[in-house]
Amino acid sequence: MREGVEMAEEVAVSDAIAVERTLGGDRDAYRVLVERHSRTVYRMAYRMMGNAHDAEDVVQEAFLRAYEKLKQFAGNANFGTWVYRIAANYAIDRLRQRNSEEAKREGSIKSGGQFLEVDPLSQVRDTSPSPERLAGSVQLAERMKAALNALSPAERTAIVMRHWDGCGIEEIAAVLNANSNATKNTVFRAVQKLRRALMPFLEEKETRAMGTEG
Amino acid sequence: MKHRTEEELLAFLDGATDERAAIAAHLNECANCREELERIEGVFAALDAMPIPEPGEHFEERVWQRIAPRLGEKKTRWWEPFFVPQRMAALGGVVALVILAFFAGRITRRTAPAQEQMDAAKVRERVLVVAVGEHLGRTEMVLMELQNAPILRGEKAIDISETQRRAEDLVEENRLYRQTALKAGDQAMANTLDELERVLLDIANSPDELTAAAFETIRKRIEVQGLLFKVRVVKQGLDERKANPDAKPAENKTRITERNKV
Repeated sequence: MREGVEMAEEVAVSDAIAVERTLGGDRDAYRVLVERHSRTVYRMAYRMMGNAHDAEDVVQEAFLRAYEKLKQFAGNANFGTWVYRIAANYAIDRLRQRNSEEAKREGSIKSGGQFLEVDPLSQVRDTSPSPERLAGSVQLAERMKAALNALSPAERTAIVMRHWDGCGIEEIAAVLNANSNATKNTVFRAVQKLRRALMPFLEEKETRAMGTEG
Repeated sequence: MKHRTEEELLAFLDGATDERAAIAAHLNECANCREELERIEGVFAALDAMPIPEPGEHFEERVWQRIAPRLGEKKTRWWEPFFVPQRMAALGGVVALVILAFFAGRITRRTAPAQEQMDAAKVRERVLVVAVGEHLGRTEMVLMELQNAPILRGEKAIDISETQRRAEDLVEENRLYRQTALKAGDQAMANTLDELERVLLDIANSPDELTAAAFETIRKRIEVQGLLFKVRVVKQGLDERKANPDAKPAENKTRITERNKV
């Protein structure tokens, strides 16, 4: 544990030196920061965006933005945490943009008379496959993917940052631009929606397990 | 028995509740709430099971290749690097010396404007000479400590944490003086400070406890580059300039012909 803390401190010191060198005009020093932190940012971006192409785009944009704002960083925090937050901010903007584009597309389909008014989450529930098809983890992952896609950008950001990356409520609140209580509610709403979406599958599994036991 | 709400159970799982003990006690007694908790845990387990495809072995390289052409040049004003927080301490020392030199000049004599300008330039140079001289003295101590540290037979790891902390402080100072020396056109001093900076960074970024082999590598580097020797040459040149302010900055050629043995 102590070794982990010391290693994190070492990384922070060495990041601070790389930042300073970059600010001094040494562009290659920035490469060190990109190589050190891009994979962590990618994992978060993938969970937010749901596909590798958009996730890579988020990573690139986050490091470009971090470079442009590097003077504001000025060694006040951990560079990894800082660039992670920039990436989360960009990802939530992209999600909002994506949702609004999808809503426009759906709107135009509706005006063409082909639109069926359904809540995206209910679509996830309504297309509940049979127990046989849901037997494996691949199906569960697919269902979870659809459930995550049905969350609002804020809910998706909240669940990614809180559950997978263990971020504090204040940190998430800063990205969502909301207060702590509203952020806690967003986390709760996200879990609740995921639960509702997965309920048929989880309950089927339980029933099957009980049937096997009996 | 009043059951716990979904929100309360989630907060319990999340560790974000003040009622942790009360909820734990309730769960102990209530099978319904235990089942409810397990169902919520099932959601988290499903989240954990979500795969993330690895972006590939050369992902970092790919990100860099894509963003590098889009990174603009960092245009820093000459004074900006001095105001990085870590450098403020060193800068404070220089400012104190400037103020001291200014008042010393006012007390001693009044001179013609042209003469005053020349004097101001001399004062600036003198301030640099004094400050860098002191910095080199401290650096020399760190290098000597490393060169002379005994390695006991059978010792697996050598603790250099104390020396490291001092090296970290010196890196910041060193960078400040190297840039100042470059601006003042003193290439010889800037070169020596550049070499010093690399070794100081090596020391500062090494693990607290070095293996005997890693320790020996640093020692060798100090020796092969003749760093202690160079530090002493530059320091001696500075001492001479301190004693005779009209003397030119030391060239790379040195009057010391024999290398000091440590």
